[in-house]
Amino acid sequence: MNEQDSTPTGGEVTRTGEFGSGAVRLDQGHIVGDGGIPERFQNPGFPPHAVRGADLDEAAAKRAERIVGGLFVMSILGTLGFIVAYFAIDSEATIFIPGTGSTNAVHAVLGICMALSLLGIGLGAVQWAKTLMNDHEAVEERHPQRSADADRAKFVEIMSDGDRESQLSRRPLIKYALGGALGLFAVPVVLPLIGGLGPLPGDDLSVSFWNGEQEEDGSYPNEPLRLMRDPQNTPIKASEVTIGSVFHVMPEGLLDLEEHILEAKAKAAVIVMRLDPDDIKSQKEKDWGHQGIVAYSKICTHVGCPVGLYEQQTHHLLCPCHQSTFDVTQDCKVIFGPAKRPLPQLPITVDDEGYLISKGPFREATGPSFWERGSA
Amino acid sequence: MSTESIPAGRPADRLRDGDTPVTHAPSAAARKVGGVAGWIDDRTNGARGINYLLRKVFPHHWSFMLGEIAMYSLIICLLSGALLTIWFVPSAGHTVYDGSYVPLRGTQMSEAYASTLDISFDVKGGLLIRQIHHWAALMFLVGLTVHMFRVFFTGAFRKPRELNWVIGTVLALLAAIEGFAGYSLPDDLLSGTGIRAMEGFVQTAPVIGSYLAYAIFGGPFPGEAIIPRLYAAHVLLIPAILVGLFIAHIVLVAVHKHTQYPGPGRTNDNVVGHRVMPVYAATAGGFFFIVFGVITLISALFTINPIWAYGPYDPSPVTAGSQPDWYMGAYDGALRLLPGWLEFQIGGNTLSLNIALGALVLLPLVYIVLGSYPFVEKWVTGDDREHHLLDRPRNNPTRTGIGMAGIVAYSVFMFAAGNDIMAIKLGMSINDITWVFRIGLFVLPPLAFWVTKRICLSLQRRDRDLALHARESGRIIRGADGSFHERHDDLTDYERWILVQHEPVAPLQLEPEYDENGVARPAARKDRLRAKLSHFYFKDAVNPVTPAELAAAHHDGQQAEAIEAPFDYEGIEGDSDHTPGNGGVGADTNAGRGGIGSASRLRE
Repeated sequence: MNEQDSTPTGGEVTRTGEFGSGAVRLDQGHIVGDGGIPERFQNPGFPPHAVRGADLDEAAAKRAERIVGGLFVMSILGTLGFIVAYFAIDSEATIFIPGTGSTNAVHAVLGICMALSLLGIGLGAVQWAKTLMNDHEAVEERHPQRSADADRAKFVEIMSDGDRESQLSRRPLIKYALGGALGLFAVPVVLPLIGGLGPLPGDDLSVSFWNGEQEEDGSYPNEPLRLMRDPQNTPIKASEVTIGSVFHVMPEGLLDLEEHILEAKAKAAVIVMRLDPDDIKSQKEKDWGHQGIVAYSKICTHVGCPVGLYEQQTHHLLCPCHQSTFDVTQDCKVIFGPAKRPLPQLPITVDDEGYLISKGPFREATGPSFWERGSA
Repeated sequence: MSTESIPAGRPADRLRDGDTPVTHAPSAAARKVGGVAGWIDDRTNGARGINYLLRKVFPHHWSFMLGEIAMYSLIICLLSGALLTIWFVPSAGHTVYDGSYVPLRGTQMSEAYASTLDISFDVKGGLLIRQIHHWAALMFLVGLTVHMFRVFFTGAFRKPRELNWVIGTVLALLAAIEGFAGYSLPDDLLSGTGIRAMEGFVQTAPVIGSYLAYAIFGGPFPGEAIIPRLYAAHVLLIPAILVGLFIAHIVLVAVHKHTQYPGPGRTNDNVVGHRVMPVYAATAGGFFFIVFGVITLISALFTINPIWAYGPYDPSPVTAGSQPDWYMGAYDGALRLLPGWLEFQIGGNTLSLNIALGALVLLPLVYIVLGSYPFVEKWVTGDDREHHLLDRPRNNPTRTGIGMAGIVAYSVFMFAAGNDIMAIKLGMSINDITWVFRIGLFVLPPLAFWVTKRICLSLQRRDRDLALHARESGRIIRGADGSFHERHDDLTDYERWILVQHEPVAPLQLEPEYDENGVARPAARKDRLRAKLSHFYFKDAVNPVTPAELAAAHHDGQQAEAIEAPFDYEGIEGDSDHTPGNGGVGADTNAGRGGIGSASRLRE
């Protein structure tokens, strides 16, 4: 093309642009042809075919053949190894694998053998295709997706013929009646499905095991219940709750349930902590507690994970799921994270024997928010 | 080029040149196979269709294998999942574990958890199948996502493939739901916590939340219905739709014929590659085994979801560092970032946007935005042509920037789901990390857009530079007059073609506000928006080198190199219906008939 020796292009130009490409004349714009030169470059067509070693040299081809064959043999050996390992290795045996540590021997050996079996086939096939199979590219013409006009016209004709022959447009009664029937026929399928999915929630989300068994008139006894250790199911003496200690608590009787124990736990789980009463900033919290012993719902008001992490020094409760942080000294107010509402407090006191008991149920729904939970 | 013969290496071959090939009688085995094939064809008329498929041409490029990874992982999931159904008991019924995993013997648990333990410890090879199933599911989601990136950044979603992009989007959504349903089935402490959170999300749906939750769970959480219901969804409902859409996806690929990257000889009207028989069958078929083999190897060496370490589900305990699988991470991360003040009391009712936004809005939103992008871009560009040649990502800097911004936004959400892990590993305050993510969500995507776009523009300028001035050889030549300059090596036509093949683009122009008689012709608001968006897309387009520019550069490099050519409104040929691609901007013409008024308005 050009002879660069006589027309230098890059070197000596004063660099003005920030792109270091030499002379830039902004007013020149994007230059297109003005007659003599085509507006755009033409596709130069296919470059010459690059020939592979195995195309020219029979020895190279032979080598490739041996590699492919070897990979397929590796696959066979992998499969055989799998069979042997399946029967020969004891289920309990462990094996040390560098990097990942000690693991079950059957699992690891079966997996490695199977991987060899699969990789042998895969790598062999690809190597075969890359080295020995004809690597001349083929060319196929594309055609527009759009059907020929005649075909589209034919379609319209068939549909309008169908309309005419069935008299659909002429007889609106049939049209609308059929429309209605088709619109409704799924109802018998869907209705039992929707109706049978589950009971309505009623006030179920707003009460917990602490409310007691629902009476026939729909009210709850709301009687005091002992706070029981979870999972030991033993009552807790107030004197056992030292400052800084944490107890995971369930209401008395919950852990004796034969069924629906998880459903009950999901609303009634409580965490009990003892603080120095002077640290507690909320009068309500003090009143509902007992000498600095306070009980709060353990179910996060965000999406319901258990608020299991208590930081003794800062008196923070942290939910491990989304890191909502509640300050126990401020009536479990949210001090960080995505939750909005404080954890509900369970009013407690001690009974005659010195065991912690509830002074009634939670005053609001525990767990995540829902539309009709009320503004309590 | 397909007719070129292999250069004969051996003299004997050269002697045979031009001979009619000898046809051998088919072997006995071939006759037998032919007999069976004939029997089937007699009854199905299959030969024509099969021949067509076997001769089909597929272009090859490493990035086309990303979709294959997704496809093969799906097949591996189906295979391994079918095996798991043999042993898995989808029941929340209570049982006491008495299998061979000693630490949990005598523990109360659900039958689902107990049977998962049995698969892991008492079925020989069962753990391997479980691990393959889980790893293949993760690989499916990864493959699908990266495949989607490839399709997005190369513009492969453009006409006629918009429908297939939408199908792919639905596939991506279903895959994520399918994955969630799957990893929730073992009913271990971690997956149960995931279901607990899901119940919390559902409960926050305005008005109907608690009803919806009770309908899904068949009563109060957790109940005994959710495991069988998730199971039905996981093994029947979702896979049926998933496989159906997947087949439609593949059929459309065949109908459209695969896209190809631009290159010498490759045009919008042809497909260049290897035929199914034999090369593509060997490479693609072999790749299935490679994907399967790699997943198996990973499964053998790296344990995923060791459910035995978590224990059975119980709503009261929890493990620190509870996280969903990665493809659900973005929504979990969103929940960690959303502030609590988004929960409102409305007339005695509670509206929990701090949860609903992250879980109930973001998840569908991601897929709606994805699914609608091709239609938005089509509207902006007004380009109604079929596109079978892929864009190099740099040649559409705005789209590439938008894509990167989207990826970064998604990643901020996703990594936010690991804020607790980061806090522990980095020894930092979780509050600070959360705030970094909160701020990052607003700062990083625009930054990613800007950086990506600048990189693309720079790459385009480099391409222009290379096309105009070729490679610096490093050899200094002294001219006859004693001057020195560097010799530049020419590009071949094939090398240059890659750099100059793309179409020049220019923003759409609004019609002038007043026509030639001075009558007001207000542009519709829609058109104004469209012109603005078009301006946003193409205002700083770096267009490919034209032959005229190359000639000018060769002639006199100082005069004509228009590297940083801004869009020249004054020079635009007055054509209000100016679609990108019908020519460059005529800077060397003085025609300023139309577009001036609109241009000044657009320029602000």
